[in-house]
Amino acid sequence: MTVTIYIPGDSGAVALGADDVAQAIVGEAQKRGADIKLVRNGSRGLYWLEPMLEVATDGGRIAYGPVSVGDVSALFDAEFLSGGAHALSLGNPEDIPFLKNQTRLTFARCGIVDPVSLEDYEAHDGLKGLRNAVSMAASDIVQTVTDSGLRGRGGAGFPTGIKWKTVLDEAGPQKYIVCNADEGDSGTFADRMIMEGDPFVLIEGMAIAGLATAATKGYIYLRSEYPDAIRIMNAAIGIAREKGVLGASVLGSGKAFDIEVRVGAGAYVCGEETSLLNSLEGKRGVVRAKPPLPAHKGFLGRPTVINNVISLASVPVILDKGADYYRDFGMGRSRGTIPIQIAGNVKHGGLYETAFGLTLGEIVDEIGGGTATGREVKAVQVGGPLGAYFPRELFDTPFDYEAFAGKDGLIGHAGIVVFDETADMMKQARFAFEFCAIESCGKCTPCRIGAVRGAETVEKIMQGIDREKNLELVADLCNTMKFGSLCALGGFTPYPVMSALTHFPDDFRKNPYLQAAE
Amino acid sequence: MGLDLSSDFDGNRIQAIVDEHINLEGPLLPILHAVQEDLGCIPQEALPVIANKLNLSRAEVHGVMSFYHDFREQPAGRHVVKICRAEACQSMGSDAIAEHAKSRFKIGFGDTAPDGSVTLEAVYCLGLCACAPAAMVDGKVIGRVDEARIDAISSEVRS
Ligand SMILES: Cc1cc2nc3c(=O)[nH]c(=O)nc-3n(C[C@H](O)[C@H](O)[C@H](O)COP(=O)(O)O)c2cc1C
Ligand code: SF4
Repeated sequence: MTVTIYIPGDSGAVALGADDVAQAIVGEAQKRGADIKLVRNGSRGLYWLEPMLEVATDGGRIAYGPVSVGDVSALFDAEFLSGGAHALSLGNPEDIPFLKNQTRLTFARCGIVDPVSLEDYEAHDGLKGLRNAVSMAASDIVQTVTDSGLRGRGGAGFPTGIKWKTVLDEAGPQKYIVCNADEGDSGTFADRMIMEGDPFVLIEGMAIAGLATAATKGYIYLRSEYPDAIRIMNAAIGIAREKGVLGASVLGSGKAFDIEVRVGAGAYVCGEETSLLNSLEGKRGVVRAKPPLPAHKGFLGRPTVINNVISLASVPVILDKGADYYRDFGMGRSRGTIPIQIAGNVKHGGLYETAFGLTLGEIVDEIGGGTATGREVKAVQVGGPLGAYFPRELFDTPFDYEAFAGKDGLIGHAGIVVFDETADMMKQARFAFEFCAIESCGKCTPCRIGAVRGAETVEKIMQGIDREKNLELVADLCNTMKFGSLCALGGFTPYPVMSALTHFPDDFRKNPYLQAAE
Repeated sequence: MGLDLSSDFDGNRIQAIVDEHINLEGPLLPILHAVQEDLGCIPQEALPVIANKLNLSRAEVHGVMSFYHDFREQPAGRHVVKICRAEACQSMGSDAIAEHAKSRFKIGFGDTAPDGSVTLEAVYCLGLCACAPAAMVDGKVIGRVDEARIDAISSEVRS
C-alpha cells in the first residue's frame, strides 16, 4: 500500500532543510523498497518543529520533527511509515497544544492539504464560499462581509465590506481587485504561508470580491523576496483557470474573473496601497495623495478594491459559514480571528490564529514560551517596523485594534517580534529612522529629511554629545514626522522611536565609553 | 565588472522582451524584471529601446528603474548572498552575522567581490522571521544562520 508522507514545501521549512529531508526520504524509501507518495504541503506554522513531516497512517496523521537528514534512516528503522515510536515523534499534530488551542478559520487547510491540488482543496471545504457567492446578488455578498465585521488585515484595519460597497456603487466598465501581497513588515509571514500553503483560498477570496463588486480582473502584487510563493501562486492560478474556477465564467456563473501575479521589486513603501498601484502601473512607487480613494480611482484611474492577502483569504469561510459565525469570535470592534505571527527571539515561533483578545503577555510568555535564548524578555515590537516597542509593563494589553491604539501602538499585520534583555533600544530607535530613510518614497520632506536627521541625532546621543538637547530634538522630529507626513511610513516611524524612548529611557543614557568598549 | 555589455549589446533581444509584455496593463515592471532575468542586469543601452516602445522618455524609464532596490545597472557576481537586516533577525543577532559576512567576503553590502565571485546584499525581511537570522543564497532560503554557515557559504561561492 502506498503511504503518503507530507513534508512542507513552505519556505520557512525549506530554510531549515525540508528539501534535503524530502530528498533523503525518497532516496531511503527507494533503497528499502518502500512505496511512498510525497506531498509538499504548507507549514502548520510550528517553526521550532520544522522540518516537521507527517505520515498518513490508519489512525490518522502522525508528525515527526524537527527532522534532519541524519534522522531519516532511524525513522525508517522505527517504522515511522506506520506511525512507529521514535524520539522525534510528536503524535497527532493536532493534539500539540500550540495547534490544538488555535481557532483556525483562515488557516483551516494550511499545512494539511496539497497546496496545488484543487481536489484536495474541495475535499477540505474549499470553494463552498464561492459556490454560495455565485448564487447571491452582489450587494448581498457585500452585506455578508460587512456583517462579519472583517477589518483589513494589512494594517489599517478598515472595514472590508465598506470598501467593497464603495467599489460596487462606483460605475465603470472595468474594475479591479488588487491583492496586496507585499508583506514587508519584519516579523510577518502569514501572507507567505497562505500563498505557499493554501493558494486556492486566496484565489477563492479574490473571485468572491470580484463577484461582489463586478470587478473582472484581479492582480496579486507579490514581493520579489518570495520566489516560492510566486511559483506556487502561479501554479494554482493555472489550475484554477483550467478547472473553470477562474476565467470567462467563474464556476459556470457566466461572470468573468481572472487573476495575474505581478512581482514587486524590493521597495517596502510599495506595500502602501497607492504606491503599490503606481508600481503596478509601471511607475515609481511614490505615494499618491488621497482623495481620490483607490475605490474611486485606483489602478489606471479605475475603481479598485485593494486588500491584504489575509483579508481576502478570510472571505471564503465567511461566505461558507455565514457572517454571524465569523463575527462571534473576537472582542469589541475587532471581530473574527487574527493570525498572530510570533517571531524573533522566541522559543515557540510560528503562526497562531486565534480570536482577538489574548493579552500580549499570554502570547509572548505562554504561547511563545519566552525567549529562544532563555534570557528575560525585554521588549516586543508589535506591528512591524512602524509598530511600537512594548515593555513587560504593557503585557496586559489585549490583542485588539483599539486597545493597541490606546497604548500608542498598533497591531498592523499582527507580527510580534520578541527581544531579550541584550537588546539595545537606542539602536532599535536609530534603526527605525534608518529604515524610514532607506525606504522613503521621497514625496514629503518630514519623512525624507526627518528620517535622516533622526538617525544622525540618535547617533550623536550614542556618542554622548549634548544628550538631553538631542533627545528633545528627536522628540521634536518625531512630532513633525507624525503630523507632516503623507503616509504611515513617515507618520508612524515615531512609534518605534518614541516607544523606545518612553519605555526604555535608561538605554539612551548609557555611558558612551562603555558602549565603545562593547 | 568582467562582462562588457556595450560591445555585444543586443537591442533586438530587448525589443523581443518588450513585445512579449507590451499588451499587459502596466507593462514596465514585468519588462524590467524580464530584461534583468535575461541579461543579469538592465544596461543603460536597454533604456531607450524600452522607452521608445512604451512611448516614455528615457529619463522616465531610468527614474522607474532607479526607484526599486531590485534592479541593477551592473551584473551581480556569480553568486548573490542576501542577509536579512530587519528587526526579527536583529533580535537573533543578525548584526553580528552581517559583520562576520562582510569580513569573510571582504566586501560591504551592495558590493561585488573584485573577482566577480559574489555580491553581498542587505534585505529587509524574507518572511522567515520565526527562524531568524535568515539569508538567501542564489534564491535559496536559509534559516538560523550562524557564523559557521557564513563560513561554509563563503567557501562555496569562492570555489
Ligand atoms: C509604508 C506602508 C507599508 C504597507 N505595507 C503593507 C503590506 O505589505 N501589505 C498590506 O497588506 N498592507 C500594507 N500597508 C497598508 C496598505 O496601505 C493598505 O492599508 C492595505 O493594503 C489595505 O488592505 P486591507 O484593508 O485588506 O488591510 C502598508 C502601508 C504603509 C503606509
Ligand atoms: S511619508 Fe515618506 S513614504 Fe510616505 S509619502 Fe511621505 S515621503 Fe513617501
